[in-house]
Amino acid sequence: MKLTVNGTEVDIASEGDTPLLWVLRDELDLVGTKYGCGMAQCGACTVHLEGHPVRSCVTPVSAAAGKAVVTIEGQADGAGLTAVQRAWLETDVAQCGYCQSGQIMVATALLKDNPAPTDDQIDTAMAGNVCRCGTYPRIRKAVHLAAKLIASEAVV
Amino acid sequence: MSRSPMNAGLSRRQFVQAGGALLFAAECPITFATKANAAGGGAMMNSFVRIDPSNVITMLANHSEFGNGAYTVMTMMLAEELDVDYRAIEIEAAPTSPDYYSPLFREYLTAGSVTTGSTWLPMRTAGAKARAMLIEAAAQVWGVPQAELNTEAGEVHHVATGQRTPYGQLLESIHRLKIMPPDTVPLKDPSEFKVLGKPAKRHEGAAKVDGSAQFGIDLKLPGMLHGAIARPPVHGGRVVSFDATGALKMPGVVKVKAISAGVVVLAKSYWQAQKARGELKITWDRGSNDGVSSEQFYSEYRALAEQPGMLAEDIGDAKGALASADRVIESVYEMPLLAHATLEPLNCIAQVSEDACTIWSGTQYQSNDQEVISRFLGIPQENVTVHRPLMGGSFGRRSSKKADFTVEAVEAAMGENVPVKIIWSREEDIRSGHYRPLFVHKMRGSLDASGMPDAWHQVAVGQSLMQGSKHDPAYMVRGIDIYSLDGCLQEPFGVFPYGTSYQIPHHRVESHNAPRIGIVPQEWRSVGHTHTGIAYECFLDELADAGEIDPLDLRLRLSKDHARMNRVLRVLREKSQWDEPLGAGRGRGMAARIYSVSPIAQAVEVSVADNGDFTIDRVVCVLDCGFAVNPLGVEGQVEGGIAFGLGGAAFGNIDIVNGEVQQSNFHDYPVIRMSQMPKVEVHILPSDEPPTGVGEQATAPIAPAVANALFNATGRRVRRFPLSSQGFKLV
Repeated sequence: MKLTVNGTEVDIASEGDTPLLWVLRDELDLVGTKYGCGMAQCGACTVHLEGHPVRSCVTPVSAAAGKAVVTIEGQADGAGLTAVQRAWLETDVAQCGYCQSGQIMVATALLKDNPAPTDDQIDTAMAGNVCRCGTYPRIRKAVHLAAKLIASEAVV
Repeated sequence: MSRSPMNAGLSRRQFVQAGGALLFAAECPITFATKANAAGGGAMMNSFVRIDPSNVITMLANHSEFGNGAYTVMTMMLAEELDVDYRAIEIEAAPTSPDYYSPLFREYLTAGSVTTGSTWLPMRTAGAKARAMLIEAAAQVWGVPQAELNTEAGEVHHVATGQRTPYGQLLESIHRLKIMPPDTVPLKDPSEFKVLGKPAKRHEGAAKVDGSAQFGIDLKLPGMLHGAIARPPVHGGRVVSFDATGALKMPGVVKVKAISAGVVVLAKSYWQAQKARGELKITWDRGSNDGVSSEQFYSEYRALAEQPGMLAEDIGDAKGALASADRVIESVYEMPLLAHATLEPLNCIAQVSEDACTIWSGTQYQSNDQEVISRFLGIPQENVTVHRPLMGGSFGRRSSKKADFTVEAVEAAMGENVPVKIIWSREEDIRSGHYRPLFVHKMRGSLDASGMPDAWHQVAVGQSLMQGSKHDPAYMVRGIDIYSLDGCLQEPFGVFPYGTSYQIPHHRVESHNAPRIGIVPQEWRSVGHTHTGIAYECFLDELADAGEIDPLDLRLRLSKDHARMNRVLRVLREKSQWDEPLGAGRGRGMAARIYSVSPIAQAVEVSVADNGDFTIDRVVCVLDCGFAVNPLGVEGQVEGGIAFGLGGAAFGNIDIVNGEVQQSNFHDYPVIRMSQMPKVEVHILPSDEPPTGVGEQATAPIAPAVANALFNATGRRVRRFPLSSQGFKLV
């Protein structure tokens, strides 16, 4: 079985029913994607599949065969951190940081669909992502900041 | 540069009197290497600082980072005195040796929000002593007086001649000239601070936005096996027998064996282990907790609360005053078991050889892990090596005195010649964990002629955290666990050098240690306050209501002799616009607490619909945490502390029926989500007092403040938690 992970095609040896999460973590050593609940309740395992956010803990790897998967490790490129990552740093969002890969993946997808979300739209889009440290106020701030950064960089 | 002498000469007692309560760090001797020894290609300047020839500065961190900001405040302290950029300091977890034990706990432990306070002098002193050695070396090499030298950005600088040298290039001279750490060293005066007291972003922040931060669950060792444990359905149950035929046929499975915690499946990957675990057929002995239930605990505890308990405090004559009072107000408050639900599930990697053991574990308590493993394996304590990665939350769970999730990994790794990594599923975490103990508080009170509280009688019943543990002598007073009554006593008690800040003329408090059955109690962020805060501050609200006194006025009057609390309350009144009326369906409530000497108060505004659905519109939090080392970090901890306490109060409930925990994952053990998170306004009062930690402080008042606001809005008083069990649903 082949899939494209962060732009590179990879051959997968795991059984087809293995959740994408554990293929990423245990077979491909991409451990930035986190296990939190195993039943799509916390969002820590969020990755992009064909550009859309999915919970990798309930996505069998067979469902990703032949498709493009992007993880947190695929966000920053040679040009540096993405606007969302920079906004996260600037706002000093993370505490323990364990949920933040998932938060950033969902926020990134949100801003693609909606470049200037309101607080309510942010709350709705990110309701599936748990942060036990309670960094929600800063996540909200960081999403707004990222929206601004993306808008200003698009103008330039 | 003028530097004031450090006050490390203060005795513990003097320091307590100086208002530093838990900051016993003042008496901490920094354990210096006998000589500036070479280590890892660099020079060990002292126990905490290593500088290498290329000028990389490494701090050996003797406190854990689990979101608490320990790595940020500790590098800030070191950077301030060593004159380097805190972000450039590399961090290494300090080894588990007595040199690195907390001077407060005399153990290697990160807990009780003490990190900031207890490292405040040691870490600054470590930086200042290293700097003094570098200055002495440069002065000798250049043949100039030390007084003419400055330090800046990791270099020693001689202004008159323009000479500069990076610290790393002075190491050889330090060796050659046999420069020793000075016995005493002046520390900077706060007016000279460039780093401390200024907002500083998280030291390890960058690694937490690109996925590179390494948590325990992320570590992989050569040849490592992954383990998943099938645990008994009832706490304390045991394996009688098991049939692994099906599991052993599953892909990747290497071995199945019984250990104390249950039956462990070892496989090449975690998913393979977890999946094969589902194929096990196990016969359990359900043990002595079979049949116990939360409702049974409530009813037994309520009965106990009617009996005289161990007397912790008896000021005035509360019994007499209550007996002769015209009106006695009585209430019983009931608080359930709560899970920590750290987002990174518990995990540990262990490798065991004949006479040594190495673990890789996200732990708050590594000296205890070392001790427990050493006892378990019968090997010397120093043969147990602990590697400590970052942790995805902890909230007290990873400070287990039983080292439960650690020692089971060691047991699973015994007889294997490769490392074994155990990961708990979320279901195991919710069902098989340690919990904030269930508590019942019986309250009685009466008023004086003016409507102010006159007599107070409280009986607390719940499992003790410390009873029978090695902390028993230090944290138990005449059999009373001081945490069971934290924030309920007017006078200092045991090693807690503070009271409530209130003065009620007749004040009697008793406690019962409930029988140790059912579950293992565990510290949960803000520890005793998680239940005492509700009982004390909600009942105080009941007395205010009965006496027709504004709840904030009441607390201002009760704390009139406590200057710091009184200031917090006055600022809260102003910042929360306390006296401005709210519209229909809305309510306002407040609570105040002393957390380890530091006062904090919160005012909460709620809107409540007819069906009980409510929103929290605003939380105003005023705190005095002494000198705020990192205001940006303090604000984050306050927001987080509020979120954590709010989730527990709103819907946190571990319910045991027939010995089995009924909850299993975030769908039935809900936690706060973004849409439920209130707007939080944080006001940190300026202070010259020694700093105190804030990891837990803000969790303490939020639950009672919300319950009091709901009462204010609806006239309905919640006395059994969570709020969701009483028809109030946070939306």
